[in-house]
Amino acid sequence: MTAISDRTAATTKSTTGVSTDKPVTKPRPGALAASGRPTVRPPAAAHLSDEQVAELGRELDAIKDEILAKRGASDAAYIRRVIKIQRGLEIAGRATLLASRNKAAWVTGTSLLSLAKILENMEIGHNILHGQWDWMRDPDIHSTTWEWDFVTPARSWQHTHNDLHHRWTNVVGKDNDVGYNLLRMDEDQPWTPRALGNPLYNAILAPIFEWGIAVYDLELVDYKEGRKSKEAMTRDLKALGIKALKQFTKDYAATPAVAMLTGSGKQALMGTLTANAVRNVWAHAVIFCGHFPEGTDTFTEEMVEGETRGDWYVRQMIGSANISGSKFMHIMTGNLSHQIEHHLFPDLPSNRYGEVAPKVQEICKRYGLPYTTGPLLKQVGSSWAKVFKLALPGKKA
Amino acid sequence: MIRLRKLARAASVLTTPLAPEDILALFDPVFSARQLRGVVTKVVPETADSATIHFRPGRGWKAHKAGQWARIGVELDGVRHWRSYSLSAPAGEDPAITVSDVGAVSGVLVRNTRPGDVLFLAPPQGDFVLPEHPRPLLMLTAGSGITPVMSMVRTLVPHRPDADVVLIHSARRPEDSIFREELSELADQFPNFRVTHWFTGERGRMDFGSAAGLDSLCPDWRRRAAYACGPEGFLDDAEALWAAEAAAHPKNPKSARAEGATGPFAADPVNLIIERFNTSLLGGEGHDGGLVTFEASDREVEADGDTPLLDVGEDAGVLMPSGCRMGICHSCLLPLRAGQVRDLRTGEVHGEPGQLIQTCVSAAAGPVNLEI
Repeated sequence: MTAISDRTAATTKSTTGVSTDKPVTKPRPGALAASGRPTVRPPAAAHLSDEQVAELGRELDAIKDEILAKRGASDAAYIRRVIKIQRGLEIAGRATLLASRNKAAWVTGTSLLSLAKILENMEIGHNILHGQWDWMRDPDIHSTTWEWDFVTPARSWQHTHNDLHHRWTNVVGKDNDVGYNLLRMDEDQPWTPRALGNPLYNAILAPIFEWGIAVYDLELVDYKEGRKSKEAMTRDLKALGIKALKQFTKDYAATPAVAMLTGSGKQALMGTLTANAVRNVWAHAVIFCGHFPEGTDTFTEEMVEGETRGDWYVRQMIGSANISGSKFMHIMTGNLSHQIEHHLFPDLPSNRYGEVAPKVQEICKRYGLPYTTGPLLKQVGSSWAKVFKLALPGKKA
Repeated sequence: MIRLRKLARAASVLTTPLAPEDILALFDPVFSARQLRGVVTKVVPETADSATIHFRPGRGWKAHKAGQWARIGVELDGVRHWRSYSLSAPAGEDPAITVSDVGAVSGVLVRNTRPGDVLFLAPPQGDFVLPEHPRPLLMLTAGSGITPVMSMVRTLVPHRPDADVVLIHSARRPEDSIFREELSELADQFPNFRVTHWFTGERGRMDFGSAAGLDSLCPDWRRRAAYACGPEGFLDDAEALWAAEAAAHPKNPKSARAEGATGPFAADPVNLIIERFNTSLLGGEGHDGGLVTFEASDREVEADGDTPLLDVGEDAGVLMPSGCRMGICHSCLLPLRAGQVRDLRTGEVHGEPGQLIQTCVSAAAGPVNLEI
């Protein structure tokens, strides 16, 4: 064993240079510069000076600090209440489906289960997996322990979503969420005849969205092009296989099997299938409203070269779109209806996005930046319009 | 028990990705798949600023030995904090902790705990326990140091006629002295249990500078197995006295160690068993770094106060989990075993054992021990 010599080597040869007289202040990698400018600033923000962008960054930092100072017992009570309600709905829904030979029971059970699955996936799962509730230090509600009622394993999704998508939001070539390697969602993505199928692919994707995400999280392109190792691929495939089997067994075997006791096996199976499809269609719709509606920008790699903290914030704001609506709608979207705020502060608790939104909107207005928002149907329509439009060849105007 | 586990596994087919316990927790908060919990059954005020909290632990709790302690998790403004508390209930009974209001966490426990509240728990542990074979005992306690000893006294005195226990307990004033009445009652009832209350408000600090003070309170202290629990200074003094006595009367170590040995007795440091709570690392100040230990990887590196622990680990060849490196994705979380870190974004210095920290935006603030 070399453990002892390792220790000695490490202590005598300090790798971080603490022994120098002056403290070494090398910049934190990944930490964005407070001042400076990217090689190219996105057109929507081209009118801003470096100093203005830096000031915008400071203003947004201040908004975050204000929430962090307030965050506490009431927020903790909020997420626990939502989890409790969700579990109640889930039990009620599944129990009702056990007698779903009765039509009213089928409708009630399926509705309750759909509602439960939507809450679980969006307001609870997505946000916990972002680490929004890690500050509570509760292992039962933590990004490192949470697993969700969704086919893709939480850990795989956290990598592609929290790290890749949120860091490189809408940078074509870096953020694969721009079309999920399936759809052509930006003019800068080269057109091929395959793109003609855009609307068809998207229509098929919606009801089986969770399976689409599961495949997406495997990063097949990276594997094919050698950026992902064989071991990593095997590991991810195994994790997905186990997770998918459990999910499949619960909804499509165990629940119907128990329901067979009342002669409702087939109906219960239809119920769980429907509930998963409803949740998938809803999640797909909400997520497509996040970055695809008219008014959201995509970016080139030049625009992130030398990006400052302020520029990073600008990119998150002009690359995302909100959905306007009632409080209930916000909760059902997991507060992804506040996509702009979520992208600015991905790990702030979701129940706080609503109070942040007017301040962010005011900042956008003052700095002359777009703040895209609209009712659900309009935003869904707008993102579908893009799906259709980009099926055909065409360049950015 | 085995049948129960089988049942739980069968039920998990229907509850996955949740565990059956997550569902049961809707009905009884003591259930959790990941975290041992207890439900408070009774809160008894002891003095003006202390209280005993009785709780019913969930599955996974081990029955405690008299004198042991447990880590207790409490929520302060939504954030969980862990502290260690001695169990004051006798062995064999439902656990209870006796807490004195000396800090933010214990203050909340003393003032705000109500029956029905949930406590987060780690199983009891500690070597400050009664000897395996009966021997005469001397208990030296000060302030809240009485709590583990109270568990020993309650376990031993009423149930063992052969018990021979002397307790010298130091507190500021009679009204600050926890368990004073119960101790006096026990002493009245059981002749083999003697209690001396020492009130520092009247008599000043107990003097361990020479053997004379102790000689007058308990003449045969040298032949007793001694247990001491109290503030640092109190324990240091006791240790110094035992060491000095041993040095003054050197003798064959074998005979002193033999349990129940007869013959001429001399104080021996091995006969003094001490319970300390302040084992955590001392935090550095401001931008000073510190020695970073990667426990499982068995590496130590001196780090400055401005370099993220993620870099420190990677430079030292530790396989560190990492993600965005800008503090948004939480892929780099690692459990802190001890020490304090500084958040490079806010400058806030924080850290509690077991807390998960974002290594990409945290630097050492003094010595840091990471679980990797």
